[in-house]
Amino acid sequence: MKNIRTLLATTVLATMLATTVQAKTLVYCSEGSPEGFDPGLYTAGTTFDASSRTVYNRLVEFKHGSTEIEPGLAESWTSSEDGTEYTFKLRAGVKFQTTEFFTPSRDFNADDVVFSFDRQLNAENPWNKYVEGGAYEYADGMGFPGLIKSVEKVDDLTVKFTLTRPEAPFMADLAMDFASVLSKEYADKLQADGNMAQMNQMPLGTGPFAFVAYQPDAVIRYKAHDGYWNGKENIDDLVFAITTDASVRVQKLKAGECHVTVYPNAADVDGLKADESLTVEQQEGLNVAYLAYNTTQAPFDKPEVRKALNMAVNKQAIIDAVFQGAASVAKNPIPPTMWSYNDAVEDDKYDPEAAKKMLEDAGVTGLKMKLWAMPVSRPYMLNARRAAEVMQADYAKVGVEAEIVTYEWAEYLKLSKDKARDGAVMLGWTGDNGDPDNFLDTLLGCDAVGGNNRAQWCNEEFDKLVKAAKTTSDMAERTRLYEEAQVVFKREAPWNTLDHSLVFVPVSKKVSGFVQDPLGYHRFDGVDISE
Amino acid sequence: MLRFLAGRFAVLIPTFLGVALVAFAFIRLLPGDPVMLMSGERVMSDERHAEIMKSLGYDKPLSIQFVDYLGDIVTGDLGNSVVTKRPILDDFFKLFPATLELSICAIFLAVFLGIPAGVLAAVRRGSWIDQSLMGTALVGYSMPIFWWGLLLIILFSGILQWTPVSGRISLMYYFPAHTGFMLIDSLLSGQPGAFKSALSHLILPTIVLCTIPLAVIARQTRSAMLEVLGEDYVRTARSKGLSPRRVIGVHALRNALIPVVTTIGLQVGVLLAGAILTETIFSWPGIGKWMVDAVFKRDYPVVQGGLLLIAGIIMIVNLAVDLLYGLINPRIRH
Repeated sequence: MKNIRTLLATTVLATMLATTVQAKTLVYCSEGSPEGFDPGLYTAGTTFDASSRTVYNRLVEFKHGSTEIEPGLAESWTSSEDGTEYTFKLRAGVKFQTTEFFTPSRDFNADDVVFSFDRQLNAENPWNKYVEGGAYEYADGMGFPGLIKSVEKVDDLTVKFTLTRPEAPFMADLAMDFASVLSKEYADKLQADGNMAQMNQMPLGTGPFAFVAYQPDAVIRYKAHDGYWNGKENIDDLVFAITTDASVRVQKLKAGECHVTVYPNAADVDGLKADESLTVEQQEGLNVAYLAYNTTQAPFDKPEVRKALNMAVNKQAIIDAVFQGAASVAKNPIPPTMWSYNDAVEDDKYDPEAAKKMLEDAGVTGLKMKLWAMPVSRPYMLNARRAAEVMQADYAKVGVEAEIVTYEWAEYLKLSKDKARDGAVMLGWTGDNGDPDNFLDTLLGCDAVGGNNRAQWCNEEFDKLVKAAKTTSDMAERTRLYEEAQVVFKREAPWNTLDHSLVFVPVSKKVSGFVQDPLGYHRFDGVDISE
Repeated sequence: MLRFLAGRFAVLIPTFLGVALVAFAFIRLLPGDPVMLMSGERVMSDERHAEIMKSLGYDKPLSIQFVDYLGDIVTGDLGNSVVTKRPILDDFFKLFPATLELSICAIFLAVFLGIPAGVLAAVRRGSWIDQSLMGTALVGYSMPIFWWGLLLIILFSGILQWTPVSGRISLMYYFPAHTGFMLIDSLLSGQPGAFKSALSHLILPTIVLCTIPLAVIARQTRSAMLEVLGEDYVRTARSKGLSPRRVIGVHALRNALIPVVTTIGLQVGVLLAGAILTETIFSWPGIGKWMVDAVFKRDYPVVQGGLLLIAGIIMIVNLAVDLLYGLINPRIRH
């Protein structure tokens, strides 16, 4: 009986869809399959595009095309003097999506917010481990279990967060994908049905698009959420056509089989720009590629040696060789699109002669070092091996013999964080929430030594500045502290900052309203399409 | 015949166990683990890593993990993917029809073109027909699949716009998957144009996937035919005054087919290997792409389960070939 019902439902749905083929449909050729649809469980952008940025909302949102925060499901908020209490006033009348698989009976309220956080923070919550081996990796990685003391419902439309310490990036954290708000009513029903795994397969939220169906590795379908609190979207249907090969994505876009695609090969960008039916959006990615010296080992423990090695490398040559120009030279550890970027900092100038002399002055002659190159292509460094070869040749000019070493990716990540590791490691970072703390403290703070801090660099002056910036919520003061931290960073040179890559999004000219996102998301709210 | 069958089945069990062991060991020999790869550049603390590995049961000694795994196989439970958390059997049976549909089309095309081409080349041995057919076969055999697929896409989908670029059917069609075979489902859906769309999406991937088997089958048919054509009984048939068509079609080809059928059976493995690349280029949602992703992400259960299921299928196909062999050549049964 159940089968017949399902068959009938799908047939009706299919007929409905067949009769509405004239509806406005936007096809996005995405680069991969989502790992699942519960944004709390994953850390990949591909998964967030398909779940949190389409189906869900958060208390606060990133303003479209920026890293600034704006009200989302919370209309307004206040924080206590000491910065440890945040009270959110929730938006009234927000509807959850009505889908084939669930019909909500009530509007969004404080219970949904409490549930969405409690499941990630409280090991006793039945949803804490609802899938085998599932873990709330982002919440844990951002230190939420230690940071949040409690999340309480004050009344139906008021929620209070109590923190264990003041934490300035907290609001930016709440706009992140893992902080998406789920429906408690839907969760309760799935739990009662003994079908909790469905939460990760058929998502239901308050966001601009409602989930319709997913065919693994092929297609994800959404329809516009009729009762969306921010107004129904202009497009009726949104389709993700999963296309893993970059050249094929470009061909599909050119053939009109999709309207937007991502991550074209650097070699295809000029051809796309020349195509009159397309526009190519471009923006510096919220990323950085760097070479981290092991600052605890001689001779890399001396700032003047690190500086000399920085000056020996022609970074523009790396960008030309690896990105065909589609990147910019990095001088700071944070990208220029991020607030508090200190443009007054001067980069170590490429000057092999001066570098050679500085090394001699520091008593370093005949230096042999290991140069670690990642085995995989990353957005911030497309070909680490090629970059390492350019650096190797540059080092040779100043009398330094570099041996390029590489390991399988997982091994590379593991070995490179070891405090006793030798030489200099190439790696990079893509920002999570647009807050400078997410680069400066996460990658260079003293607590991250032996972990994310691949330079094993613990500088008291720098650490004091970034820790102070974490605990004040005064933006002007935070900006000043981060600017100063960047000056210290440049002076001490624990890294050679290599590049910030450019991110390209080719879009059909039929599409209007698509805004490239500095955080690397692909959002389709506010997008329209003309035939 | 029964004893023949029983013998063949008896070999299957140790082979299956061997595959289970190899699949289990192979993915664990690679450095790294699924938990570490999922966190990427974001360093996870050692304690946290250990905790998640424990929740997945990967902290136990390998021997115990293997015994647990065998126990699960016997009860028909292949577990869930570490990455997607979905049951492996569900995903496999959702994706496998796509691979099967493509492989069947490819093998049909390869047999349909390969055998006549091989016969023709053998009959016209040394002529320009023979040389150009075998030359083309050699080129086809040496063609890198990735490059060949992209070339066809650029020419037929990009410049000429005759075929769609990738996928299984135009996105405007949406209907439930009853069988998983798009050609059949599109017919069942009753939506006008759906079948044509599904068929047009099959053209390029089928050509790409059949290229290597086609070349192998053509070359094998040619050499088998040449051997048979020199046999005494063929000469006898000729001297009896039978028509050349009958001599070649009935007397020679039937005997030449024995090694060719073996070759076709072996091509199933080649097809599955080729499907990995073909599926990636044409965004074809099959098991090839699924398995490769799993290897890269060290998704242990998917790699183990997937290999086991694929090996099972290849074994069954080989068994079928053996049986077919017995039908063509009764001497083999004894």
